[in-house]
Amino acid sequence: MGQPLIDLRNITKSFDGTMVLDDLNLSVKENAFVTLLGPSGCGKTTTLRIIGGFESPDKGQVIFDGQDITSLPPNKRQLNTVFQKYALFNHMSISENIAFGLKIKNKPKAYIKDKIKYALRLVNLDGFENRTVSSLSGGQQQRIAIARAIVNEPRVLLLDEPLGALDLKLRQDMQYELIRLKNELGITFIYVTHDQEEALTMSDTIVVMNQGYIQQMGSPENIYNEPENAFVADFIGESNIVPGIMVRDELVEIFHAKFVCVDKGFGIHKPVDVVIRPEDIDLVAPEEGTLTGIVTHLIFKGVHYEMEVTTPDGFEWLVHSTDMFPVGQEVGIHVNPFDIQIMNKPASEDEEAVGINE
Amino acid sequence: MSKKILSGPYIMWMIGFILIPLALIVYYGLTDRSGAFTLANVLSVTSPEHAKALWLSLGLSFISTVLCLILAYPLAMVLRSRGMGQGSFIVFIFILPMWMNFLLRTLAWQTLLEKNGVINGILTALHLPNQNLINTSGAIILGMVYNFLPFMVLPIYNVLMKIDDNVISAARDLGANSVQVLFRILFPLSIPGIVSGITMVFVPALTTFVISNLLGGSKILLIGNVIEQEFTKGSNWNLGSGLSLVLMIFILISMALIAKYDKNGEGTAF
Ligand SMILES: Nc1ncnc2c1ncn2[C@@H]1O[C@H](COP(=O)(O)OP(=O)(O)OP(=O)(O)O)[C@@H](O)[C@H]1O
Ligand SMILES: [Mg+2]
Repeated sequence: MGQPLIDLRNITKSFDGTMVLDDLNLSVKENAFVTLLGPSGCGKTTTLRIIGGFESPDKGQVIFDGQDITSLPPNKRQLNTVFQKYALFNHMSISENIAFGLKIKNKPKAYIKDKIKYALRLVNLDGFENRTVSSLSGGQQQRIAIARAIVNEPRVLLLDEPLGALDLKLRQDMQYELIRLKNELGITFIYVTHDQEEALTMSDTIVVMNQGYIQQMGSPENIYNEPENAFVADFIGESNIVPGIMVRDELVEIFHAKFVCVDKGFGIHKPVDVVIRPEDIDLVAPEEGTLTGIVTHLIFKGVHYEMEVTTPDGFEWLVHSTDMFPVGQEVGIHVNPFDIQIMNKPASEDEEAVGINE
Repeated sequence: MSKKILSGPYIMWMIGFILIPLALIVYYGLTDRSGAFTLANVLSVTSPEHAKALWLSLGLSFISTVLCLILAYPLAMVLRSRGMGQGSFIVFIFILPMWMNFLLRTLAWQTLLEKNGVINGILTALHLPNQNLINTSGAIILGMVYNFLPFMVLPIYNVLMKIDDNVISAARDLGANSVQVLFRILFPLSIPGIVSGITMVFVPALTTFVISNLLGGSKILLIGNVIEQEFTKGSNWNLGSGLSLVLMIFILISMALIAKYDKNGEGTAF
């Protein structure tokens, strides 16, 4: 393992005076599947373009395999990109599209031919050699864009929302295809998406970004179960974020009710934010609950029911459950200690505003 | 039903102002004064005088088209790289002269190039020898390039602007340097614009008689001038029509050649 394959050091980038990336640090290990996740405009594409060499940072360095490549043009970098909107060459056939990079590198004809065949098989489009770009569906064009990139055997593949334009079913199919491809090829993926489910499904490391900052970086489980701040908790899946007071270690007070939790070290009588996932709330009989409330909303969602339970203090708890409680019924709220996630309050009002706005 | 009514005026227009005149040209071109069928009018293009005018026309319009292309392409590239706002302003400046009458613009060049014109006036003032500028092939080419350049710039600029930046980034990403991007991506993708630019410059250049009248004097006869004179001074409509037919055939051939190159150019140009 040892040193990272790609290392972004103190990257700062602004466009027309607006800061887009602010002192960004990111390390990517060889063979990792890293996903940059964040709301639209948070700087994901910009980060990717800096790695690809299409944008140069105002400050900071891009290190690739131990070498500073900050000022190396894109055509000299050992990585390839799958662009947000495919960017295929319309004036070329499919095989010419795939062959483009290899022809530039003056590879022998026979080698190129083999590679085209291999790449088309890899993306399940055998026999598409002589088709035109415009005759392909969106999903097929997407796969050609991937094939065009991987025939060059890059050490890193950058993918910018490659599935963004596809419908749900196709997107899920392609997610599996991509994971399969990655395992077959054994190359490093840096993947951009604003779809949190996609990020959770595919990656081994998720980098949650907002407004040019990295909010949290970790494994999908880590990000989902232990969000470090309200922004991450809110962005990754649905959640209830409520103010609480840490009474002591392993005991938190929410709306004057005391919940047992597993978090320690926050201090005594310290205000905190508490995250509870909607699926982690058990609705029980009123006398058995730590808090009681009234069901104020009920929607059938297929796999589960989505309910809103309003507690006397006015907070609306989002609850997912396979049990149905009709609107108007009084219920008790119970949460298992390990399903309660405690976060420090944001240091300043500003930071909080940043987190909640998006 | 309603569609038929809507297309009515257009059909009337086409019949009245396109088909009937064309039929008349064909009729006059293939008959003599008494109305008997003859190929003499068409074949008269082989007479040394007419053939010379035709070849000169083809030659000058070819050179002008090539010059327009050479000037327009880099300009369109620069405009593209300027981005939307600035680029379209420069384009606007460029087509501004087109708002002035074509005759006036050409007359202005005449004034500039004349024996006692503005340029020679300046040369005299600088004690430099006067130049024989007007009534040369060069003057005609200048007039053609000046008048028709915008028709080359606009279609090329339009196709270049439509090329997605990401496509260029993708080529860079796959290892292409700037020259390779130009020849393998930008140029092939802009062929439709180049083709319409060539058409829009070559055809009017080949048939013009105004530019050659004003800047070529009576010394240089283009095929356009010959035809014009047959219709006006010579009052030989049959001969004029016959030569017009020949010219049309030449234009059709050139268009066919360009279209063929366009087809080839799609995808396999490089
Ligand atoms: N070339 C540019 N010139 C000016 N501003 C830019 C440029 N490229 C990006 N920006 C700005 O930088 C910010 C971040 O853009 P970026 O494309 O990185 O967002 P993103 O996270 O990829 O968003 P999305 O999910 O919508 O693709 C945006 O506010 C955008 O307007
Ligand atoms: Mg983006």
